[in-house]
Amino acid sequence: MAKRVGMEVSISISEAVKLANVDVISAYPITPQTHIVEHLSEFVSDGELHSAFVPVESEHSAMSAALGASAVGARTFTATSSQGLALMHEIMYLAASMRLPVVMSVVNRALSSPINIWNDLSDIMAERDSGWIQVFAINGQEAYDLTLQAFKIAEDPRVLLPVAVNLDGFILSHVIEPIELFEQKEVDPFLPPYQPVLRLDPEKPVSMGAFGSPEVFIEVKKQVEEALIGSQKVVAEVWKDFGQRYGRVYKPVESYQTKGAETILITMGSITETAMMAIDALREKGRQVGLVHIRLWRPFPFKEFLQAIKGAKTVAVLDRALSPGGVGGPVGLEVKSALFGKEERPYVAEFVAGLGGRDLTVETFIEVLDKAEKYSQKQKDFQYELIGVREK
Amino acid sequence: MIADDLKDFKKFTPKTLPREEPFVSGHRACQGCGEVLALRQVAKAIGTPMIAVSATGCMEIISSPFPQTAWAVPWIHVAFENAAAVASGVESGLKILVDKGRIPRKEIKVVAFAGDGGTADIGLQALSGAMERGHNFVYVCLDNEAYMNTGIQRSSSTPYGAMTTTSPAGKVTPGQTTWKKNLPAIMAAHNIPYVATASPAYYLDLMNKAKKASLIKGPAYLHIYSSCPTGWRHGADLAITVSRLVVETNIFPLYEIEEGRYTVRKNNQPKPVVDYFKTQRRFAHMTPDMLQTIQERVDRDYQRLLQMEGLTNPAVVKEERKVAE
Amino acid sequence: MAKVEAMMPWKDVPLGGTILEPGNARKFKTGDWRSKIRPVTDKEKCIKCGMCWIFCPDMAYTHREDGYFDWNGDYCKGCGICAKECPKDAITMVAEEE
Ligand SMILES: Cc1ncc(C[n+]2csc(CCOP(=O)(O)OP(=O)(O)O)c2C)c(N)n1
Ligand code: SF4
Ligand code: SF4
Ligand code: SF4
Ligand SMILES: [Mg+2]
Repeated sequence: MAKRVGMEVSISISEAVKLANVDVISAYPITPQTHIVEHLSEFVSDGELHSAFVPVESEHSAMSAALGASAVGARTFTATSSQGLALMHEIMYLAASMRLPVVMSVVNRALSSPINIWNDLSDIMAERDSGWIQVFAINGQEAYDLTLQAFKIAEDPRVLLPVAVNLDGFILSHVIEPIELFEQKEVDPFLPPYQPVLRLDPEKPVSMGAFGSPEVFIEVKKQVEEALIGSQKVVAEVWKDFGQRYGRVYKPVESYQTKGAETILITMGSITETAMMAIDALREKGRQVGLVHIRLWRPFPFKEFLQAIKGAKTVAVLDRALSPGGVGGPVGLEVKSALFGKEERPYVAEFVAGLGGRDLTVETFIEVLDKAEKYSQKQKDFQYELIGVREK
Repeated sequence: MIADDLKDFKKFTPKTLPREEPFVSGHRACQGCGEVLALRQVAKAIGTPMIAVSATGCMEIISSPFPQTAWAVPWIHVAFENAAAVASGVESGLKILVDKGRIPRKEIKVVAFAGDGGTADIGLQALSGAMERGHNFVYVCLDNEAYMNTGIQRSSSTPYGAMTTTSPAGKVTPGQTTWKKNLPAIMAAHNIPYVATASPAYYLDLMNKAKKASLIKGPAYLHIYSSCPTGWRHGADLAITVSRLVVETNIFPLYEIEEGRYTVRKNNQPKPVVDYFKTQRRFAHMTPDMLQTIQERVDRDYQRLLQMEGLTNPAVVKEERKVAE
Repeated sequence: MAKVEAMMPWKDVPLGGTILEPGNARKFKTGDWRSKIRPVTDKEKCIKCGMCWIFCPDMAYTHREDGYFDWNGDYCKGCGICAKECPKDAITMVAEEE
């Protein structure tokens, strides 16, 4: 039976990848991702995991090799952060459009410059439109569970899209948390080996990655779009199955203390747990505040999201990536778009905070909620506010 | 060891050349394209079962306009600079799936094809990584000495003096001002078991090298001279003529490096380089001074190659001396 | 033309734009590219060496039982390499009728 163990979250992800019996791992070091692949490399080296470990010379090659391996029908994993993900950018789109179900841990870290190894979401947000399924973990157990689920979702013949499991660098990846680890025999029925629909096979030769003229390009992209939108159903099925087997229930968006809430804070990732403390503190003072966190970022669960914030007068979005010169961070933009044209819609106050590892404390979230309510009362017309900038 | 891998290797003769065409007619290469001819000869020599990986470039574009493919073998193209990395993944994936018993245990040859730009420039890092890691595949650089697919821009493999759209023959600079990067030497420095140069005019030599490359376990690198009538501005019927002249002038000597041992195809009475340069309009502007400089360089490089052979492969040199006597 | 054939409903496009039929470029007849000139082999001179076959970038020659080679006008682009390289000058490029 599953046992609960105190363990560094990165290491638990390697454990999940091992249980997934992954065939090929391509790996390149970058902080704060490195512990994951180091540990996998140990597994392979000790014979605990029967996989090909390909220590490539760059992240661009990590993703490229992952595509090659996936194309022959191998279950494939890689992991990266920040600059590494940016270097993969070109190949990210190809993974999705070529329908190769690679699974990747993205240990979120700021994009340079200045070079900075700490957390924010600017790395993954630059991949927003790549066609990948993107989920965010708020704690170690989620990171572990989502990693296992990712293979099942990605490889489903109705999906066949790559999945990025996001977890915050250091503040989640490097902390030790109690994690319930599965045994192999518990996982096997949930996650059988990958059965590719198409693969490079001399018995049945196909040409992958052909040149697409304007006559067919949109049709291929349409397929990706449909598969991505349609994947939400599969994600729900996999989560339901997972819940029934193991008792942990996952939803695309989660609500916390939203009952009767007039102001709702929107978060993503592990800062959510700190934000919950802020909500608790304010609730204790009688404030009608709640929290919604987005677990499934792509495809964006519009219906569930709108349902979750229903009734709120004010929505405060906390983004951890900046879109300079735009209307706000990516989450804010998504929220505003989701609400656009809706008859009853809350006032949206958008804040960008925590860039490059700047601490996000309970006080920060209280500040954000206070400001959101104040701006809402005045119906302040603004795009977004950057929190925590020193002026003096 | 190479010797073990090659113990059943039989050289092709004109009569034993394989009939099978892993790469078929209907491709869209220009009339008289020497690059597609080189590709064809390699594919024939290696044969099936094969999985081919292409880099972006002329050969990828002309072979795969959806919904038609000139590839009769499984083929994948991902991007421009990563053919070696994709092939690494293909090879690693095949190996582990065979080990795990999920696909039949059969020797499938993995072959990566890329142009000179995709090899010497943007793909050099991925190639170096793949060779150093020791993956078992053949990497084929089809060297047409420029970025042809994007309209004839210079690469680091463009020869000195050649005119391209980004090394024009202007009033100040006379075409390419740098010397061709020596890719086979760079590959040899990776200590891979097999490196060879080849030219489609010497088709038996080329096909034997390709076959050897595919039989040898571990990384093999083939650098193949691939004429481009469109980019080099020569007649559509000249692909083989120039592919022969480039060897006869020692501009592109044919040699192989097996586990570090050089074997050079001897040409001790080379034609003057000018014979080659006058066949292509990309060299039309070249002055006698430039040609003289090139001649000296070609002679020097050829001598160096022979010295490398002498150093690394004294047996061959001795053998040849005996024959000569 | 591949362009016309590429025009299919999105649901009919094979997964990821993959091409499922190996070597189906054969359907594309590049013989149209010839500019009214084609190679003709004089069997009297031919020594069946196969150079025309191995040097053709378009695989327009195929082996015959009797050792000679058949030329396929569907694919020959008329480059003239075969005529140039035939060691016996058995191939000449001749003007094609309309
Ligand atoms: C990252 C990237 N940069 C640039 C290009 C544009 N591009 C496509 S093919 C090509 C030239 C290919 O040259 P080479 O590798 O020599 O092959 P050739 O076409 O000459 O056979 C270029 C520059 C690209 N596709 N991807
Ligand atoms: S441009 Fe040159 S290399 Fe490219 S297809 Fe035409 S002839 Fe061949
Ligand atoms: S090259 Fe000439 S001699 Fe040789 S087979 Fe062809 S036609 Fe005959
Ligand atoms: S003219 Fe060119 S394309 Fe036609 S058969 Fe001869 S070599 Fe082949
Ligand atoms: Mg080129």
